[in-house]
Amino acid sequence: MAEAQLPTTEFDLTGPDDAREALAEAEAGAPEVHMVQLLDEHGNLHHDGTFSPYLQRLDAEKLRSFYRDMATIRRFDQEATALQRQGELALWVPLTGQEAAQIGSGQASEPQDYIFPTYREHGVALTRGVDLAQLLRLFRGISHGGWNPKDTNFHLYTLVLAVQTLHAVGYAMGIQRDLASDPDAVPAAVMAYFGDGASSEGDVHESMVFAASFQAPVVFFCQNNHWAISVPSEVQSRVPLVNRAAGYGFPGIRVDGNDVLAVHAVSQWALEHARSGAGPVLIEAFTYRLGAHTTADDPTKYRLAAEEDKWRAKDPLVRLETYLRKENLVDDAFFAGIRADGDELAGYLRKATLAMTVPDIRASFAQVYAQAHPLVTEELEWVERYQASFPDAAESVDERNGGAA
Amino acid sequence: MTTMTIAKAINEGLRATLKNNPKALLMGEDIGALGGVYRVTEGLKKEFGADRVVDTPLAEAGIIGTAIGLALRGYHPICEIQFDGFVFPGFNQITTQLAKIHARSAGQLSTPVVIRIPYGGGIGSIEHHSESPEALFAHTAGLRIISPSNAHDAYWMIQQAAACPDPVIVFEPKRRYWQKGEINTDDPGLDPFQARVIHPGTDATIVVYGPLVPVALAAADAAEEDGHSVEVIDLRSISPMDFETVSTSVEKTGRLIVAHEAPTFGGVGGEIAARISERCFYALESPVLRVGGFHMPYPVARVEEHYLPDVDRLLEALDRALAY
Ligand SMILES: Cc1ncc(C[n+]2csc(CCOP(=O)(O)OP(=O)(O)O)c2C)c(N)n1
Ligand SMILES: [Mg+2]
Repeated sequence: MAEAQLPTTEFDLTGPDDAREALAEAEAGAPEVHMVQLLDEHGNLHHDGTFSPYLQRLDAEKLRSFYRDMATIRRFDQEATALQRQGELALWVPLTGQEAAQIGSGQASEPQDYIFPTYREHGVALTRGVDLAQLLRLFRGISHGGWNPKDTNFHLYTLVLAVQTLHAVGYAMGIQRDLASDPDAVPAAVMAYFGDGASSEGDVHESMVFAASFQAPVVFFCQNNHWAISVPSEVQSRVPLVNRAAGYGFPGIRVDGNDVLAVHAVSQWALEHARSGAGPVLIEAFTYRLGAHTTADDPTKYRLAAEEDKWRAKDPLVRLETYLRKENLVDDAFFAGIRADGDELAGYLRKATLAMTVPDIRASFAQVYAQAHPLVTEELEWVERYQASFPDAAESVDERNGGAA
Repeated sequence: MTTMTIAKAINEGLRATLKNNPKALLMGEDIGALGGVYRVTEGLKKEFGADRVVDTPLAEAGIIGTAIGLALRGYHPICEIQFDGFVFPGFNQITTQLAKIHARSAGQLSTPVVIRIPYGGGIGSIEHHSESPEALFAHTAGLRIISPSNAHDAYWMIQQAAACPDPVIVFEPKRRYWQKGEINTDDPGLDPFQARVIHPGTDATIVVYGPLVPVALAAADAAEEDGHSVEVIDLRSISPMDFETVSTSVEKTGRLIVAHEAPTFGGVGGEIAARISERCFYALESPVLRVGGFHMPYPVARVEEHYLPDVDRLLEALDRALAY
């Protein structure tokens, strides 16, 4: 390995006891798993008997929308990162590198489907129509949620890893009951997003057991971005993660997570499979987190720049651009338009972020229960008396609250 | 004597434990190459190897459950939970197994597992990263629960926890990780399960632990300017609780305020209030008062300053106590 490729920070990836090395060997010895790929990193199409036919459904505008969404969400990622650096957000969770996995799967969902994300699925949020500024509320420290999931069927971010996979299965069990009791109900499916790291949590196992047992209409969408903070995916699974599906008794598909066409096709297939009543599917999107885990993370502590470079060459946007240009589906004006829209988005995000009202603790009291709770009422009254005991309290609290509580 | 941060002191305490006890090992998420998200285990994997400093798969039930098995086999696992709010997937293993195996086996088996949990708020973070769940564990017999508040205690208490034959949960005040202090590396001073009077006084007693210790000291200084002499006790251990030190103080001052970041309802402060009311009934000149978090999920970062007990909240309670 060339000296220049080594990160400058002292770290200890090398050595005989290094988990990654040992486990990578183990994986190398494991049977290869087929990975669905329709568009390779050079922008060339490849044929797949099952999934190529799905391309027929795509018109030029749809193909362009894949690119537009991926470019939009990458720009969003850059702007949110900048806002964090400027102190406007407490933290940011970047998604760069995972655009195809998120836009491809998100665009495959139908309005009646319901999505349970983890915390990095900004691209999926975009495809569901969530106002991107609202995604920033959690990271600005003014909300634990930020949007109304009922508007878009895009659930709130869940920070305790893997718990939402069970919620997804339960939601899918509800859909089954609705369909059984109402012949006019629209078939729907649920998508549960989780990472390679989260796949080790017991909740994922239980969710797959339940999903299989009840044949629930749920698609487990695992973004294997190769890292759980500093821990390589080989620590979570010695064999391809997708192989787990077989043990539960439902189909599993590994897809090139940087190929938006393949992700879209595989996701459509899986969602249709689930909606048709045929039961759950596991999709493993093979992708890479190009940036840090969060803005608080420093990847030079645990991974090699060379690895990042290898994956940068598989950039999901670049290969789609190559393809679109080759097929004459876009011109320079298309890309200029996207850049201009990105500038506008950046301005909007900044303005919206700075305009976000700082919440008042009184609102936090009000949100604990649906029905009045005497202890909450008593403590709230105490806080109000306490705050009023400070001479300048009344105005400053009202100011912070942007007026009335 | 040497000066270092609390984070570094724990790091040194862990290093000493790994050196002195060949059966000790560290387990957790991101504790190896990264050195933990707070760098508390920095450099330890390099020094002791991947068998002694284990980056586990991402599963808290897995970490605690396998630590129990290792303990049954004679090892002394020291587990790191990445943040307070992420201990709960392991809660089953902690409360139904770790806490009870000694009793279940009529003392034949012991599970000397240490669980380190960075806890508490004041760091401007997102949900689940600022909680104080100590009462949930204190309620479970079979667990010992301690919380160091300074570098010296951090250095020694992690080593004492590791040497304890019972399971010990160490709640580490994460917002104080970078607070520096002197360490006497020759003498721990106190037993880890004893409280310490850290500021003498005569008019009232304030009991705190972990992250609120500097707040209570600042409140005592502010009270002094108003002519009130406040005794401050760093509880250090939540289970067992050193009622002796607290009641000795209250017998003298006649007033007690207990403060913690955790919600007051069902909290550790309620236990102290009840016990001290029984022990010191005739010495008390006011009811025992509690200052703590409210009955709500830990609020969003921009609100936490109104949730966390601060000097003003302690002084307000002091005023109320003195008014009796
Ligand atoms: C139950 C639980 N344990 C630990 C954490 C701390 N944590 C946050 S993200 C993360 C790594 C997650 O990796 P992965 O599931 O692969 O998702 P990615 O971040 O790569 O998208 C960890 C350990 C958590 N959020 N929840
Ligand atoms: Mg990952």
